[in-house]
Amino acid sequence: MYEGVVQNLIDELGMLPGVGPKSAQRIAFHLLAAEPTDVKRLAHALLEVKEKVRFCRVCGNVAAEEECRICRDSRRDPHVICVVEEPKDVVAIEKTREFRGRYHVLGGAISPIDGVGPDDLRIRELMTRLADGRVTELILATDPNLEGEATATYLARLVKPMGLKVTRLASGLPVGGDLEYADEVTLGRAFEGRRLLDV
Amino acid sequence: MSLYRDEGVVLRTHKLGEADRIITVLTKRTGKIRGVAKGVRRTSSRFGARLEPFTHVDLQLHTGRTLDVVTQVETIRPYGEALVADYPRYTAGVAMLETADRLIAGEKEPALRQFLLLVGGLRALAAAEHEARLVLDAYFLRSLAVAGYAPALDACARCQATSVRAFAIVAGGVVCGNCRPAGAAVPEGETLALMLALLKGDWAVADASEARHRTECSGLVAAYLQWHLEHGIRSLRHVEREPAT
Repeated sequence: MYEGVVQNLIDELGMLPGVGPKSAQRIAFHLLAAEPTDVKRLAHALLEVKEKVRFCRVCGNVAAEEECRICRDSRRDPHVICVVEEPKDVVAIEKTREFRGRYHVLGGAISPIDGVGPDDLRIRELMTRLADGRVTELILATDPNLEGEATATYLARLVKPMGLKVTRLASGLPVGGDLEYADEVTLGRAFEGRRLLDV
Repeated sequence: MSLYRDEGVVLRTHKLGEADRIITVLTKRTGKIRGVAKGVRRTSSRFGARLEPFTHVDLQLHTGRTLDVVTQVETIRPYGEALVADYPRYTAGVAMLETADRLIAGEKEPALRQFLLLVGGLRALAAAEHEARLVLDAYFLRSLAVAGYAPALDACARCQATSVRAFAIVAGGVVCGNCRPAGAAVPEGETLALMLALLKGDWAVADASEARHRTECSGLVAAYLQWHLEHGIRSLRHVEREPAT
């Protein structure tokens, strides 16, 4: 146990995800040894992110204004919406530079065991976006785990009567891996989603 | 015992740190165990997909100080694949897993009958031979019976009289007019017959039951289960009934 303020800092840092008591102590002492201007810059960034960042009113992504950068960009295709679980998934897809449509962030996945049902996600907002008939394709890019698959199944069933094209991200073998180490589920999906080689 | 091997069904998973998961598995010989699966959230993980809930797996674990560490996994049967493709079945399956987790409170206490019942329940659910909610209610009733809480359904739970009038959760099943406590439900005779059929595995009777009796049966079974568990089953609120065919 340290003097009051140092221990307070260690306790607060220890509340962060992935930071245990030892790491919290290490970060606290790093901050104590750092230049005051560096610490002030960090404190300012923390306060600023809480004050300025909000969720985009259209897609639910993190934004500095009413609407996020992607929703404001008129060059993005408004006819295709990619549904993801979290804002960090938007960043992951943007890094591929393959997708030029728009996003919809659900804020999680259906997980009945954790008490998260369809009403706890931004599904109603998605249905409102789809209601005007402009969207022609909905890409379901929820995580390829059980909750993500169940969420995709639920959404596909909900959207099907609207007559738009509903697609799911392919899953299969990771690039650079060995076939013999692939598990049965992944390999099975890779077979299901095999494509024609047009040479 | 530093290394041990067992087969089991993954009940649930929790994220741990950057890329690990804590998995809860109901195993055949060891009972319920909680173990750490390292690096399984990475896409390069060799056994991440095998440790998803609903998967019947063959596991090798290393005994740890607080949690055991999963070292190898082979899939025996991935029930999750069939269940996630059908939302009502998925929600029923999740309720099954949560109930198994709640019913078996202690870790590393062998629960072979509960394990076999869960595997049978998941197999029936994935095979889609019966309505999902019927399979779920049958699982609830039988798992309660295995745990020692079988409801009395053919004679009064208090005096053994055969002319039963009501269903009283506090009394432990059906009760006669004399033993009936205040607040006991008065279900239709067909509903009680359905409950008995589900408990005994008489699927011909269960499949032929009417929708209103199934709904009444589900309500009674859910209340009976949660009263005995002294705990709500969170996923029950999300269980969807399949549209009538």
